Amino acid sequence: MQPAELSATEIVAAVRQGDLTAVRCTEAFLDRIARLDGSINAFLHVDREAALATAARIDERRRAGKPIGPLAGLPVAVKDALCTADQPTTCASKMLAGFRPPYDADTVARLRAADAVIVGKTNMDEFAMGGSNENSAFGPVHNPWDLARAPGGSSGGSAACVAADMAPVAIGSDTGGSIRQPAGLCGITGLKPTYGRVSRRGLVAFASSLDQIGPMARSAADCALVLETIAGHDPGDSTSLAADVPHYTELLDQPLAGLRIGRVPEHYAAGLDPEVRAGVDEAFAVFRTAGATIVDVELPHAKYGVPTYYLVAPCEASSNLARYDGAHYGVRAEPGKGVRAEPGKGVRAEPGKGVRAEPGKGVRADEFASPLVEMYCRSRGEGFGPEVKRRIMLGTYALSAGYYDAYYAKALKVRRLIRQDYLEAFERVDLIGGPVSATPAFRLGEKTGDPLAMYLVDLYTVATNLAGVGGISFPCGFTKGGLPIGFQLQGPALAEPTLLRAADRFQRLTDWHTRRPKACA
Amino acid sequence: MTTQPVMPEPYVTVIGLEVHVQLQTQTKLFCGCSTRFGAPPNTQVCPVCLGLPGSLPVMNRAAFGLAMKAALALNCRIAAFTKWDRKNYFYPDLPKGYQISQYDLPFSADGWLEVADPKGAFARKVGIVRVHLEEDAGKSMHDEAVGTADSRIDLNRAGTPLCEIVTQPDLRSPQEARAWLNELKLLLVYLGVSDCNMQEGSLRVDANVNLHVPCPDGRIAKTPIVEIKNMNSFRSVERALAYEAARQYDEWQATKAELGKIPKQTRGWDDPAGVTRAQRHKEESSDYRYFPDPDLVPVTVSDAQVADVRAAMGEPPAVLRQALAERWRITAYDAEVLVNQGRELVAYYEDVATRVADGKVASNWLQQDVLRTLNERGGMIDTFAIRPEALADLIGRVQKGDFDTSRGREIFAEVLASGRSVADVVASLGIAAVGDDELVALCRELIAENPKIVADVQGGKEQAAAGLIGQAKKKNPNVNPGKVRQMCLDLIRGR
Repeated sequence: MQPAELSATEIVAAVRQGDLTAVRCTEAFLDRIARLDGSINAFLHVDREAALATAARIDERRRAGKPIGPLAGLPVAVKDALCTADQPTTCASKMLAGFRPPYDADTVARLRAADAVIVGKTNMDEFAMGGSNENSAFGPVHNPWDLARAPGGSSGGSAACVAADMAPVAIGSDTGGSIRQPAGLCGITGLKPTYGRVSRRGLVAFASSLDQIGPMARSAADCALVLETIAGHDPGDSTSLAADVPHYTELLDQPLAGLRIGRVPEHYAAGLDPEVRAGVDEAFAVFRTAGATIVDVELPHAKYGVPTYYLVAPCEASSNLARYDGAHYGVRAEPGKGVRAEPGKGVRAEPGKGVRAEPGKGVRADEFASPLVEMYCRSRGEGFGPEVKRRIMLGTYALSAGYYDAYYAKALKVRRLIRQDYLEAFERVDLIGGPVSATPAFRLGEKTGDPLAMYLVDLYTVATNLAGVGGISFPCGFTKGGLPIGFQLQGPALAEPTLLRAADRFQRLTDWHTRRPKACA
Repeated sequence: MTTQPVMPEPYVTVIGLEVHVQLQTQTKLFCGCSTRFGAPPNTQVCPVCLGLPGSLPVMNRAAFGLAMKAALALNCRIAAFTKWDRKNYFYPDLPKGYQISQYDLPFSADGWLEVADPKGAFARKVGIVRVHLEEDAGKSMHDEAVGTADSRIDLNRAGTPLCEIVTQPDLRSPQEARAWLNELKLLLVYLGVSDCNMQEGSLRVDANVNLHVPCPDGRIAKTPIVEIKNMNSFRSVERALAYEAARQYDEWQATKAELGKIPKQTRGWDDPAGVTRAQRHKEESSDYRYFPDPDLVPVTVSDAQVADVRAAMGEPPAVLRQALAERWRITAYDAEVLVNQGRELVAYYEDVATRVADGKVASNWLQQDVLRTLNERGGMIDTFAIRPEALADLIGRVQKGDFDTSRGREIFAEVLASGRSVADVVASLGIAAVGDDELVALCRELIAENPKIVADVQGGKEQAAAGLIGQAKKKNPNVNPGKVRQMCLDLIRGR
């Protein structure tokens, strides 16, 4: 039995039955990481010893007849935006190089409690800002289907590691498409749950009102399995939903007969690649075969999604990222010297000891060019990459006195209209289908010189986050050049069972999701 | 508002206050860390109040309840819907780079608190613009004594719940401002909202002040508003305002600069020097880029919740003063003295008054003996060595005529010094109640020994009987002078 060929569902069953040990399974994936990741760069941190030790403890418990968790022995890769107490958490930023949080994110804690094995932290766009993974301070991720192409972003490392079978499951986060778009470009399945379904506690914030954690795997069924563990109310996240968590895996078998799937004419605008369009049309045909009816619906404000998103998200980000100031943790630029990044050594406030605020004299924030202001400017100037700085500046500008109403307040109004569009559409249909991205995976470097072109990679995904609803993306075909084409389904709030069931039904009728990139055999 | 009192200065001082009060909660506003004062630096911190990546705030309902209590006592309207906003600025004691506060929808607004005029002439209602809730920042310690002059940050205070109370510019003199602050502090301490300890920073005051100067043409000129900071006692507030009013008048005479012509100035109070000094010009409306905090959900408050808080509030000082005066038939002045000492003293007083069934006598003992002792020796009423039942026992013996008040005071002092019971002290001092037979015998003896006094009394000079009392005390120090006098008079007249 080759563990890398098994689905997450199969791995969990095999470990439970004793057909596969957690150690052997973990080792198999770690070996693939060691063999393949040099050319893909999906991982920022892999702790082989810790992962194997965890796996060994699970095996021991199982052998001793003690209870094991629902994900026992399942290797999971975690996006580096989620805090892990035993591994660095950097958000692919120089700013947090070597930072080790003192606590686990809620999702990580739930995974550990379910006896999953965290194999490593995946590469991403810095602070989750980007759609190609090229904004990582630690080098881009290469798409396993064509190493010269981008895997998408920002959860590019999570998508690529699943596509290359370096992990059966990965955790991503999606602020404007960061799970669905890379899943689509890498030929895997990625679910962005309803806002608040999965706790954000311990997810390093990009845009708090949009961020949502979700599973990325090779199938909808595997996503359902992982979601059962990570979803649920967290009293430590005021925005987390109190609704009960359904048994997603048990709801997959219901047939699709009677399901109404909306098709949005706006999704077929100029710029949609003809091969992508053909793949998407083919997918609608499959759903028809499965008993669903396809209905045209309108999302009249969808065209304002990208500009609205690029106001709301940077505004929140400009404030969320203010804490990276060099004073308390992360990197600090000493006046007159370069950034002091000590890999492996985070700066932490130790109980009983003062936090060193600043070398030099008494601090005065209102005195420009004081050592303090110099420390701030240089720490942030040198610690953040260009895209992060661009968004901080955009957000700072849009929130400034005199501009707030014209930008931020107006964006919130449009956001309400977009949400209203979805509410109305979901009175007529159960789900909305369409492309994930306008094109298949693009070449690394192709869009890096043109931020606006890069922002358009989120065209079909940002509105889901603005509306706070859920979406899933999965492969629905390949281009002649062998690149995956993604299909997206969006559903109303808490419609994860329907999203997963529809995607799973599609995957029972097709085999696109079972294809593997040749380079990663 | 009634007419202005006599105006000794050629201007009216217009004052508004901005008061920050730390709420007396066990834990911080958005995390479970303790708010205890005085712990070693950075020992009461967690990922949330350290602002670590990925940490999220969760509102402390107890803090919100306490803040509502304060707002209701300040006669504010409680908003049915309120939200949290981020106030963005960089400073090392602000670990998130923003403070969670309330901007355009504070949880309460439009209240008032009455302040008695310092001269007792009238009471003035001072309007309250708003009361909102926010988190405190940490403390920067600029240690310049150490050679390196490092700045150190203590984040124990970061995240402590703070109520910001903003008044209308309704105060008209430095004395009035101080009196109002005293009343505010008393109110908040009474309600258990805050300990209002200025030394520990749990109450902080900034003041805005300018002058209205009547001009010869009948116009009222308004001088530019100055914000005064760094005042660390109510006395400092009064002194700083008085200094600032005089300074502004001098400046007005020199420059004739009026409100709006120059930017608002911030001045710091230098207490030892007794002057305000200009601080850097505040950038005209610092841009804090307020926006709603997306990590927190808005708070809705129902009428029932407001009613619950109101019901559990207890009597505020103003109501209690009146109630006390009526209940115990004491003067408004006495009620004020007692109430201003705090709720514990009032409870002590009422306990004693109930036991001795005389509010006036109890009030006298409280003010002349208990309070004087507390003032001299320091200490709090709840740990005062003479408990209400002991004081009532003592007062009761005086009421019965066992001994007079001055003898009672000696016993009070001895009970305090020795820690023994009133009965023990009375016994050890040989103070025993003098029986009626004993008293009659004593008085007969006195009459026999003092024919001259007897003759004087018989001749109508009743006051001559006073001469007998001194002698009676020598024969038996436990006799009650009043009783001796009465008995002697009766015996002489009965002859």
